[in-house]
Amino acid sequence: MLDTEIKITAELAAEHGLTAEEYARIQKILGRDPNFTELGIFSVMWSEHCSYKSSKVHLRRLPTRAPQVLQGPGENAGVVDIGDGLAAAFKMESHNHPSYVEPFQGAATGVGGILRDIFTMGARPIAVLDSLRFGPISSGPSGAKAPNHVPSLAGLKSGPPENKQDSRVDEETIARNRRILDGVVRGIAHYGNCFGVPTVGGEVQFEPGYSANPLVNVLALGIAKKEDLFFAKARGVGNPVIYVGAKTGRDGIHGASLLASAEFTEESQQKRPNVQVGDPFMEKLLLEACLEAMQTGAVVAIQDMGAAGLTSTSCEMASRGGLGIEIELARVPQREPGMTPYEMMLSESQERMLLVAERGREGEVLKVFARWGLDAVEIGRVTDDGLVRVLHHAKVMAEIPSHALAEEGPVYQRPLAPPTPVAAQTRLVEFGAAGANLTENFRALLAAPAIASKRWIWEQYDYMVRTNTLEAPGAGDAAVVRIKDTKRALALSSDGNGRWCRLDPFIGAQLAVAEAARNVACSGAKPMAATNCLNFGSPEKPEVMWQFSRAIDGIAEACTALEIPITGGNVSFYNETLGRSIDPTPVLGVLGMIEDASRALGMAFRAEGDVILLLDGNPAETDTTKNPAQEFSSSEYARTLRGIEAGAPPAVNLAAEKRLIALLVALASDGKLQSAHDVSDGGLAVTLAESCFASDGLSAKISLTSEEPDEAAVFGERGARAVVSVTPENLAAVLRIAAQYDVAAVQVGQVARGEFRIELNGRTVVSAEVPSLADAWSGALGRLLN
Amino acid sequence: MKFGVVVFPGSNCDHDAYYALGKILHQPVEFVWHQSKEINGFDAILLPGGFSYGDYLRTGAIARFSPVMRAVEKFARNGGLVLGVCNGFQILCEAGLLPGVLQRNAGMRFVCRQVHVRVETTDTPFTAAAKSGQVLQMPIAHGDGNYFCDPATLADLERHDQIVFRYTTPDGREDAAANPNGSLANIAGVCNRGRNVMGLMPHPERAVEAALGSADGLVIFRSLIESLTRQAALSA
Repeated sequence: MLDTEIKITAELAAEHGLTAEEYARIQKILGRDPNFTELGIFSVMWSEHCSYKSSKVHLRRLPTRAPQVLQGPGENAGVVDIGDGLAAAFKMESHNHPSYVEPFQGAATGVGGILRDIFTMGARPIAVLDSLRFGPISSGPSGAKAPNHVPSLAGLKSGPPENKQDSRVDEETIARNRRILDGVVRGIAHYGNCFGVPTVGGEVQFEPGYSANPLVNVLALGIAKKEDLFFAKARGVGNPVIYVGAKTGRDGIHGASLLASAEFTEESQQKRPNVQVGDPFMEKLLLEACLEAMQTGAVVAIQDMGAAGLTSTSCEMASRGGLGIEIELARVPQREPGMTPYEMMLSESQERMLLVAERGREGEVLKVFARWGLDAVEIGRVTDDGLVRVLHHAKVMAEIPSHALAEEGPVYQRPLAPPTPVAAQTRLVEFGAAGANLTENFRALLAAPAIASKRWIWEQYDYMVRTNTLEAPGAGDAAVVRIKDTKRALALSSDGNGRWCRLDPFIGAQLAVAEAARNVACSGAKPMAATNCLNFGSPEKPEVMWQFSRAIDGIAEACTALEIPITGGNVSFYNETLGRSIDPTPVLGVLGMIEDASRALGMAFRAEGDVILLLDGNPAETDTTKNPAQEFSSSEYARTLRGIEAGAPPAVNLAAEKRLIALLVALASDGKLQSAHDVSDGGLAVTLAESCFASDGLSAKISLTSEEPDEAAVFGERGARAVVSVTPENLAAVLRIAAQYDVAAVQVGQVARGEFRIELNGRTVVSAEVPSLADAWSGALGRLLN
Repeated sequence: MKFGVVVFPGSNCDHDAYYALGKILHQPVEFVWHQSKEINGFDAILLPGGFSYGDYLRTGAIARFSPVMRAVEKFARNGGLVLGVCNGFQILCEAGLLPGVLQRNAGMRFVCRQVHVRVETTDTPFTAAAKSGQVLQMPIAHGDGNYFCDPATLADLERHDQIVFRYTTPDGREDAAANPNGSLANIAGVCNRGRNVMGLMPHPERAVEAALGSADGLVIFRSLIESLTRQAALSA
């Protein structure tokens, strides 16, 4: 049957994911029934993934303006001014569902998609970070006692989880999680390494809730001269519309609408054909050709064909320019014969771009693409009637007002309701007796996958190509890349904590902002802008929307307090399988600037005899003894050693975070610090140990005083704290400057050789040789995954 | 003196090599497009790292047929200095300009890390400025760096002093743990019999600034520059 003969009904619309109201709205916009191609076009453009219909009303609450912001949300990427006439374009995006269905290609095309978003703005990608979340990969301390039970997919039951406590993660699930991790890492490596962009950082977390819905969030950063920036806004009636890059095939049809905008069921593996297949070599050619073509001055606008392919590029470019676009599908380079207009408009074949050139100068553009051996074909023109008109062999197959399609989609104020607390989650940590030997617990904590060294992963990524990487993965709290031909460097960190957001999405989201900003500051950089990737369950559930709304409020408050504008990002809903949502997981990517690249700081201790200071922005009157079990029960230690995930996230103090960040930036730019590392997962003990592991065989002798229970004092994760080391000569100056910034600087010990030792109130609570601790930490992932 | 950096479709260390030669070593340097049929006016040619032609089929297998490789072969035959780094090394082996092949890493995974290599011979234009036995720290970043050749070829390489670099520990000991990819006899780089063509898996162009982890790669470029200067003085 030909597309034109298919009868359009409300049922068919429903199969396309459109509600009755949405279908009625389409009829009203068109003044008639849509045909099959038009129905497909509306269904992808109005999908949750493309239209942000459930999130829009909330995203408006985020702060997006600041003098350094050249482009806020709404373009392919956010852009900030980084001085020297340069601009940085950066954005984070998710590729969660494809990475579960087909880990290698799902993750690979996730990298490819965000890279195109960056170079479509005229910026050459210079760094990628990946925030990854998987189900447990071990049945060790954390896995066996994991409180969130997710059985194998075959055994998954629908409905809300019952008693979450004391269930086990079975071997089959663990094996699958390992395969998913392996495939995702290989996919990222395959794409990024071949494309030639360094993968410089990120994070990896493990929680049972991600077993059947891993998260793959990719952040890309690019730089361009300010005057060379490009935008996706069609101009000039009569200008040619040119298709460039890979040929269009039948892959990825309905990737955005069916894969990204619906939850998983038992049949989800059958969606494998909806996953696109990436070709990083093609993308590399596309990058070089696009940047070269832009230099000719003959390109007016350009947009990559990502989600919803030809449909979204044509209608968004037309809509932004207040114009129309007419394309002839017969001219589209096709991978296989017999493709219908519906298939061509909805294909998500990768490595394709649509651009508008200046009439009369299209030859200059076509010549560049020919030189790089790429297809470049004029498939249409810009019109003045405001319509996206799709022709196939001169016959009109679709005719839709571009603005209505792109901007007048449904917007929902969905109902919100706080989830009912689960009684089983209220069991809190009972602290061990003072003086108990914590060294073995410390060793187990260091080997927990969430804390252990991620070298096994990042060594598979080329993190050095382009020769800008000043702080490689594992070297500092943030990744640092210099900007060639300037004195400056940029720092990036991406962070989030789904467990904390499950316990309190408002505070959890604030802590994500604070940690990313603190990490950037620990590298010596002043935070200047942020992107986010908001991973949540189904927006049709009031409790998920409540989590989302609270997380947005948290991000908004923290970003406002820390003066970090949000310049863009991505919302990923429907992260659930058989009715069970993931933990709400907002991930924040913060970009910072180091004025003098030679001042970039790492976490490694540098010299024996250096003084170790704990910088603490929290006010002295902070009562840490009031209810330590509440906060400590949400820590990595509680989860790993006790199998407890309960209580509340650490209280957040944004003013304290702001003071600490300002101090770190000031000290780093003065060259007063030897190292800096924030206190986060695993608390002070893990922070200190990591500074030893990163060093050249150094150790630390620490002496603390605290009124908290031993475990909370050593492994607690309260924010606004960082461990720095300073030379004895700089100590007085550092103490003086810290006082000026109203940040406590407590001398807690010395960089040493030999045994790693922490004394608390005069008693030794942790003591071990560094190599034995380092072995537990550095070898853990390899032992689980090789 | 002028250096040429070949750009294949998919080369991605071309800019890094250009930067190292031009900005760090202050040498005249130009890109050479893969469709060039002639190499004129260059004193040394560098084949950079990357994924030429996507490295589909086999690393370097397609690049060797590109027009520029005919010109590189001719250039090498006439005694021109050719340095292949990573993918460039793979291409030189595929093209038959260097003996041996580069297989998948023994661990079957891409590996990016700092490694140490020992200079096995200073009797090449690429290592003349180094000390024999000197250990250099340079990064590797490859999935196919596992050097292999048959026993006869290996004996030949040994006999003619063609093994230029071996993977070692930081203090120069050759052991299995120091071998990042399973290479035969820890071989990291070899030269041809004429000693004017060399390939290595580590990236000297990434090791020219201490701020990026190591400046040990400079000795390779300085050797090249000194050799060319000497050549020029002789022919003058």
